Formats: sequence, C-alpha cells, structure tokens
Amino acid sequence: MPAATAPSETGSAAARSAPPATVMLSRVASSLYWMGRYLERAENIARLLDVNIQLLIDFGSIGDQGIKEHWIPVLRSAGDEELFFQFYPKADSAAVTEFMTFHRDNPNSVFNCVGAARENARQVRDQISMEMWEVLNEAHLFLQAKDAHQVWQDGPSAFYDQVKRFSHLFQGLADSTFSRTEGWEYIQFGKFLERADKTTRILDVKYHILLPRATDVGGAVDTAQWQAVLRSTSALEAYRRFYVTEILPRKVAEFLVLSDTFPRSLRFCLRQLDVSLGHMGGGQRPAGPAVDDFDRLRAGLERLTIHDIIAEGLHEYLHNAQAVVGRLATHIYDTFMHHPPVDLASEIRFHQQEQQQQQQGL
Amino acid sequence: MLFHEYATEGFFDEMFTADGEVRPQYRAVADGLRGMESAEFQHKQEAVELAFMRGGVTFTVYNDTRGTERIFPFDCVPRVISAEEWDTVERGLIQRITALNLFLHDIYHDQKILKDRIIPPAHVLSARHFRREFMHFQVPRDIYVHICGTDLIRDRDGRYLVLEDNLRCPSGASYMLENRAAIKRAFPEMLRQAGVRPVDDYAQSLLRAMQFVAPPGYRGDDHPTVVLLTPGVFNSAYFEHAFLARQMGIPIVEGRDLVVRDFAVFMRTTRGLVPVDVIYRRIDDDFLDPSVFRADSLLGVPGLVNAARAGNVTLANSIGTGVADDKLIYYHVPRMIKYYLGEDPILDSVDTYLASEPKDRAYIIENLDKLVVKSANEAGGYGMLMGPWASAREIEDFRAQILANPRNFIAQPPISLSRHPTWVPENGAFAGRHIDLRPYVLYGEKITVNPGGLTRVALRPGSLVVNSSQGGGSKDTWVLRPAREEPAA
Repeated sequence: MPAATAPSETGSAAARSAPPATVMLSRVASSLYWMGRYLERAENIARLLDVNIQLLIDFGSIGDQGIKEHWIPVLRSAGDEELFFQFYPKADSAAVTEFMTFHRDNPNSVFNCVGAARENARQVRDQISMEMWEVLNEAHLFLQAKDAHQVWQDGPSAFYDQVKRFSHLFQGLADSTFSRTEGWEYIQFGKFLERADKTTRILDVKYHILLPRATDVGGAVDTAQWQAVLRSTSALEAYRRFYVTEILPRKVAEFLVLSDTFPRSLRFCLRQLDVSLGHMGGGQRPAGPAVDDFDRLRAGLERLTIHDIIAEGLHEYLHNAQAVVGRLATHIYDTFMHHPPVDLASEIRFHQQEQQQQQQGL
Repeated sequence: MLFHEYATEGFFDEMFTADGEVRPQYRAVADGLRGMESAEFQHKQEAVELAFMRGGVTFTVYNDTRGTERIFPFDCVPRVISAEEWDTVERGLIQRITALNLFLHDIYHDQKILKDRIIPPAHVLSARHFRREFMHFQVPRDIYVHICGTDLIRDRDGRYLVLEDNLRCPSGASYMLENRAAIKRAFPEMLRQAGVRPVDDYAQSLLRAMQFVAPPGYRGDDHPTVVLLTPGVFNSAYFEHAFLARQMGIPIVEGRDLVVRDFAVFMRTTRGLVPVDVIYRRIDDDFLDPSVFRADSLLGVPGLVNAARAGNVTLANSIGTGVADDKLIYYHVPRMIKYYLGEDPILDSVDTYLASEPKDRAYIIENLDKLVVKSANEAGGYGMLMGPWASAREIEDFRAQILANPRNFIAQPPISLSRHPTWVPENGAFAGRHIDLRPYVLYGEKITVNPGGLTRVALRPGSLVVNSSQGGGSKDTWVLRPAREEPAA
C-alpha cells in the first residue's frame, strides 16, 4: 500500500507560542472585512441618494431628460447602471432610489448592504462587542420592518439620515469597544477600501460630466452640482474650512484626491490601508505585484499635485487608482482571509488510508 | 389583581398550595407582583421581548428560506426553587452523572455491568448510539460527560422526577443566562428581595472544565487552546454557540476552519495553522468526522476522530455518550447507581415499561390509550404517542410500530406536570401552565450544578409539550440562598 500523502494545505504549522487570544481564523478575518466594507457602502449609498434627491429639489422642473441625466451618473458611481436597466425601463427618481435603497436583487442596495454587514457580524458575533452587534441588528430590523417603505416615502431624508446614523454609531462603538487586535485591521481595511473606491467614483463620474461645459462654470447650477459632489462625500464643510473660498472644480478634485487630513480623500484612505497592511497576519507586510502597484500609487499621491494629475488625465488617473486598490483587495483577501476549501473526498480518502495503516501497524 | 381569577385546578402549582396560600419561596415574587396593574406587567413583558429581538437572542426557524429568526418566547414570571429543594436536586444530579459516567467507562472497557447481568447486554449493544469502534478508547481523566442537561419534572405531589438525560450536546444554557439578564432589568428589586443565587458563573466553569481535560499529548503551558465547534450560522442554536464562545473568550470554529495533520488538529488562521487542544463540539457524533461516520457530512472534520484516538485532542462531550440517552438505558439508571455507587437514587425516574420485554410489551399493547409511548432515540418531543389524548388511528399506528420494532419503544404513565403562573396577554392576567426544568451539570475537576437552569413552559393551555419547536417558552429559574447564608456583599 502506498503511504498516504496529505492533500496540500497552504501555510505551515505556526509555533505554539502564539497565545490563543491573538489567533484569528481566516474565516473570521473575512467576515470582519466584509462587515466593515458593506456598512461603509450602505452609508455611502444612503448619502449619495439623499444628496441627489435634495439637489433635484433645487433644480425645480427639469423634464424627463434632465432627470435621467441627473440619475445616470448616480447609478454609475455605484457601479450598477447595467443591472438597473434589467429591472426598470427608465431612470426616473422613484425607480433609481427604489432600486438603490430596497431592491432585493441589487446586491448593493442599502437594504442588502446592511443585511450583508449584519449577516457577516452574525457569523462572528463572538468576536465583536455586544454594542456593535446590537447596532447592526437594529439597522437590519429597521430596514426589514413592514413599514420601512412607508417611512422612506414619508421622508427620504430622515430615512437616509437614520441609515447614516447607524453607520456612525457603529464606527463610534467599534472605536470605543473593539480591541486593537488584528481583527480591527480587517474592519478598517474593508472600510477604507470601500471609501477609496466610492470617493474616486463619485469624483470621476461628476468631473467627467460637469467639466466639458466650460460655459457654465461659476453658474448657480454648476456650484450646486459641485457642492453635491462634496456633500456626497461628507466633504463640504471640511472643504470650506480648508480653502475658505468658493467651490472650484479643480480644488474639489484636489481636496478629494490629495487632502492629507480629510478622512475620505484618496490619499488619506490609502495611508490607512497601508497602516493596516503592516498589522495583518504575523505582522510581516505582505508582498507581491499587487502590493508593489499599491506602493507606487501611494508614493505618487505624496508627490504629485492636482495639476500633474489633471494634465495626465483625471479620469485615467482615478480609473487606475480604482484598479490598483481592487487588485490589492483581492491579493490581501487571498493571502489572509481565504483558504481554498479542502477537497472533502481526497481528505476523507487520506484519513481512511492513514487509519488503515495505523491498524496494520505500519 | 393579576391573580384574582387564578386557579390551581387540582394540579401541583409551583407558587400556590392547594388552599391558595403562597408558598414561602414565592413570597418576594408575590409581593412584587401584588398591586401591579395588567398594563404595567404587559409593558415589562414587551420590553423584555424587544430587548431579546434587539440583542438577536433568537433561534433560526428551519424550512424557511428567508432565514426567519424568532425569539424563544419568554415569560416574565420567574420560577422559584427553595434552597432545600435545590439541595436534593443538586445531590441527585451529581449522583446520577457520576453513575452515568462510570457506566460509560465500563461499557467501553470491561463491561462488568453486563457480565454481572445487572443490565441485559443486548440493551446496550443494540443501542443506536453505542459506538463499538470506541471500545478501550481512553478519554482524558476518564470523563465522558463534560456537560449534561437533565430534564426534570414534578408530578402531582410535587416530587421531582428525572424525565430524560441529555448527554450528547445539550442546549439552552445561553437562554438560562439571557433570561436572568432580562429579569434583572425587568424586576431588579424583586430579584434582590428574594435572595437569588447568581447563574453567571456558568461560562467560566465550562471553560475550566474544558481546560481540565487537555489531552495527554498536550505539552504547552496551563492554557490549552479550547475552541467551540459549531455546525455553522444556519444552525438553529447558533446564537447559543456564539454566546458561549464569547463568554468563554474562545474561538468559535466551523468544520471548514479545522484540518487534521499528523493526527493533530489545527485551525486555519491568518498566521497559518495553529494547534487546537480541546474541542467543545456542538455537532453530533454522526456528523463529526466524515472519514469515520457519515461520509456525506459537510459539517465535520476528516481525521478528527483519529486525532482524538491518538490523544492529541479532547472532544467534549466524548464520542459515544449518546448510548446513555437511549430510553432503554434510562430505565436502568437506578440500577447503575446502586451497582457503581452502592446508593439508592436520590431522584426518582418515571415508571417505565420496555416494549422489548414480553411481559411489559403485552401490558403496553393493552393500555396504549392510557400510556405515553416514546421512541428510544428521539428527542425534542418527537416520536411520541400521548395515549389519553391520541386518536384511534394514532394508537393503531403506534401499535403496529411497536410490534414491528419493540426495541425502539418504551412507555410511561402520563405525568401531570406541575403548573406555574404564566402571563397570558389575551387575558391580561396569569394562568397556570405546565413546566419542566433543565439544570446544567458540568463535570471538570469536580461535578457542579449551576444554581438555576432552564425552566421551559408549555404556553398553550393544557399542553404538556414544552419544546420550543412546539409552542414552548421559557422562564427565569431562581434558586434561593439558604436562609442562614448571608447574601454576598
């Protein structure tokens, strides 16, 4: 009989010296990551919708075409334009907001994001504080409630405010009740990854649309639009305090890409991702092409000005940034959070052989 | 006010004597509830339910694609046990678990109790959960049953009887702890006045019991790595698994998180494979290791049994304890106590007839309409015939089943379970409902019984079925301090 050979298993047996408290299951790391990421997504979408509904009120009557032009970029910044048209013939306010808030078949609807965050939390309830769990559970119950739709129709703003409040409450509680162990890094990693993605998308989509209309620059509508971009990223007040000047497209781009103090700028998010990278696994910073690309992007942000970036093409720049961050996410996920499932059949065969050999005294 | 139409109706009532007097151990509860308005009590009841929903203290309803979660219905009127009563229960349970553990060791080694013809060998060897492949298997410190949840009932005279032993993966301890937390918020003053013993130590005791049985192969410091193995988030008891793991501060793992190499168990972490020493498993034997038991189990860990056999990991409870849950074996427990300990049982069992024995079988078949018939290996209130309440067809159905497979059935006279005042929202008042009691016993360095337990209540009027799957709820269980003992500062 051939000696039993073990199916391959990645990773080597760690020394027993690691105290149990610092050990983190890969599955748990994954759940913490998705919990952080989905809740951040829910918050961003809630804010995006709220801002754009309010913006429409400012516009007054703009006709069907105007409304469509208004909503398409919103769908695009969530990355769900294609999916939307599988369910709705035209992009009007009711359809888009319904789709992005409640639609069961839209994985990125606020409803599903909160549900996914909560489901991931449920899988690691033993790892997070009771307070964190309760907020997620409450958010989930709020959206599941029979009257949720009615509450939303009666006052979308109050509704989205509530969603954002759940996210803020969760972050505050995480900050004050969750130990700064490895698990913290996965929550943060998920959160800042999502933020970097959303900030760049919102800026990209709007910049793309607004900038060619040079004649409008400085007009009331244009200012309202740029304000909306800032508000969609919670950046309006921070922008004003920083520049103490009117809202200019170039400065908006500068702020959202390069600010080193505003916690939603691309640069800030990448710095946070970098911090987390240093604390995952055993503390040895992961390596590989995806990490090299990320390092290059981050180094560029420390060096470049917004003029450099725009000269090179803002759209291309943001597009590349999204791709680099996306590849980093995949690489980190595969390295720490995902063990390929064992092939059960070969695993069973292996142990049965081992058993037989043992019984035969081999 | 809330009690003015309350009647004991000839049942043994936990709170009131037949004359309508409040039993002494219920004085604080009676004082607390007296003068309370219906609306006020209803308000407390709703507040507790809301807190459970918010806290996600729920179980998953099976066969529901939306994964509906429900709270385990909770009744705010606490069940109270006096110090004297508890003393008997505690001693009785310790005696019983000691004997059952000795029995398990015996039947998996020398089988003296069979050789001495105290128990017919066929009764053990034919038991569905008897694991022949574990003969002569050494378990650390000879402990097979680390956690036991024994179901007790009280009959018409208030006598405590053992209804069944749960030696595999008894559940419900988390509800015991959550129920207490809820009552603490709803009736803090009543709780203080009554002088109730705390239950919160359960998780720490459980952890100590787990650490105590580190495998012989363990060569580390004093802190062996203990994990809780769950079937996963879709299991109806997942809340409990997560709750206990959190309270113990140990990782909760699924089968896919573990891997066996060189007869040792490892968990898959962000730092690679990390060794595991003790597994508090909440997966039944059958699903534990697809390389030994059911090959179609996706919940288990291939090689786990071999690792346990090699002495590199301890499973709690041990493999093969289910044989003692068999209702035929239940019948023999008083004899075991006598045989192994030389003592008389402190807690009585329910009179039991074995369909496998010709004389008993004839009696059962003749009296199906007067008896409760149970399958030897079912739990959760399934596989039962309640003779006095059954239709003629059900009785015929069971008669055929019993004759076809007598080994699989026992019968008992119906016990009129004790009743307890329970809130009935529709009436805005209390009414008597039948209850049982599941205390939790831990076997570590010594055997301890948590002072409390899960009181389950049949919420439907007249019903004797307390299982949560069939309209049952639960109550907080108060064990009072002995009168002499000063309350803890």
